[in-house]
Amino acid sequence: MSVPLTLLGLLEREPSHGYDLKRDYDALFGRGRPLPFGQLYSTLGRLARDGKVVVGETEAGAGPDRKRYVITDQGATEFEAWLREPVEAEPHLQTVLFAKVTLALMLGRDAEAYLDAQRAAHLQRMRELTEVKRGGGLVDALLADHGLFHLEADLRWIDLTTARLDALRTEVRS
Amino acid sequence: MTAAVEALDVRFSFGSTPALRDATVAVEAGEILAVMGPSGSGKSTLLHCLAGILVPDGGEIRVAGRRTDDLPEAERSALRRDRFGFVFQFGQLVPELTAEENVALPLLLAGVRRREALVRARGWFERLDLGGLEQRRSGELSGGQAQRVALARGMVAEPEVLFADEPTGALDSLTGEHVMDMLVGTARERGTTVVLVTHEARVAAYADREVVVRDGRVVSLTPAAGRP
Ligand SMILES: Nc1ncnc2c1ncn2[C@@H]1O[C@H](COP(=O)(O)OP(=O)(O)OP(=O)(O)O)[C@@H](O)[C@H]1O
Ligand SMILES: [Mg+2]
Repeated sequence: MSVPLTLLGLLEREPSHGYDLKRDYDALFGRGRPLPFGQLYSTLGRLARDGKVVVGETEAGAGPDRKRYVITDQGATEFEAWLREPVEAEPHLQTVLFAKVTLALMLGRDAEAYLDAQRAAHLQRMRELTEVKRGGGLVDALLADHGLFHLEADLRWIDLTTARLDALRTEVRS
Repeated sequence: MTAAVEALDVRFSFGSTPALRDATVAVEAGEILAVMGPSGSGKSTLLHCLAGILVPDGGEIRVAGRRTDDLPEAERSALRRDRFGFVFQFGQLVPELTAEENVALPLLLAGVRRREALVRARGWFERLDLGGLEQRRSGELSGGQAQRVALARGMVAEPEVLFADEPTGALDSLTGEHVMDMLVGTARERGTTVVLVTHEARVAAYADREVVVRDGRVVSLTPAAGRP
């Protein structure tokens, strides 16, 4: 998750105070990992230095957080470009899962027990995400689904690999 | 605690094809259990044995602690009618009946009057996004619609145990989730025990727990099994 670009996106919506940015960031993207104020203000500081945001006038009756941040044309252009750019379709060909199975087979360890334990851990996480989805709004569901589909893909790989273990063992150890 | 349904060392063969080899599993009352495993591993056979549709060659089936595999067929059939609900993997709706009559069928068989049975059946159509299809015959429904009608039929009589074999197999992801949401919500509300056969992990994730059937045996997998 790119914090600077996400903040630019929130500012593209409307000029905002640091406090509002943090609140919206935490609600939409925080997921149990709220953005520390320190990181928020250092990021906003860098964006200002690089000309992507400007800091508005300090408002009267100011508390510590009365500055309003406004996105610049340069910031908006960068945000638009980021939004349109597809992320790399990385098939994660060298995952830890793969490495563990291969090494277990190579060393004559119990690869099936490892795959079974991994499968159970994946399904446990999928149950938790399903619960989040059932209890939450559409935004929660959207995020939980993203996790669920990825875990499901891993799980299908785990099942297929379990079914092929005997053949794999022969190949890895030859 | 007594299990709602359990299989103890159950063996079953179709002629010379062994389908279950000492399969053991217990489903607690109110639990939603997902049964997963490769095609042909024995999931449907296990479900049918638990539900008393097939009689095992060996081992025991117990329902609420009481042995059922040695009961006369008439008693087993009464048990299925009065306490179980079913959603089968293949061909299940009666083609001559309308969709609402299909849903009402378990109630009619249990002696509920026709008018009341149909009223109760109709309540399920909105819940499953089937509004307006009450009068269709099964040949006039899409695969996914027929599957949801079958699900309504499985739940309409408020069974103690619902046996569902791939209940979302013909549904797209969104409809499947809606159906699972409804199934799980209803089951939790009523304390229904559910045995859910599925090969989809996202469907199994709605359950409380999963077991895997491999080669006719039931394997329970838990992340905390103390494995390396
Ligand atoms: N009516 C039958 N006659 C003969 N053999 C059968 C019959 N039904 C199932 N079998 C065999 O019994 C074994 C277990 O079948 P079962 O239908 O229980 O598998 P399953 O796990 O439900 O598979 P799927 O995921 O494909 O539905 C398989 O080898 C199958 O070929
Ligand atoms: Mg089957």
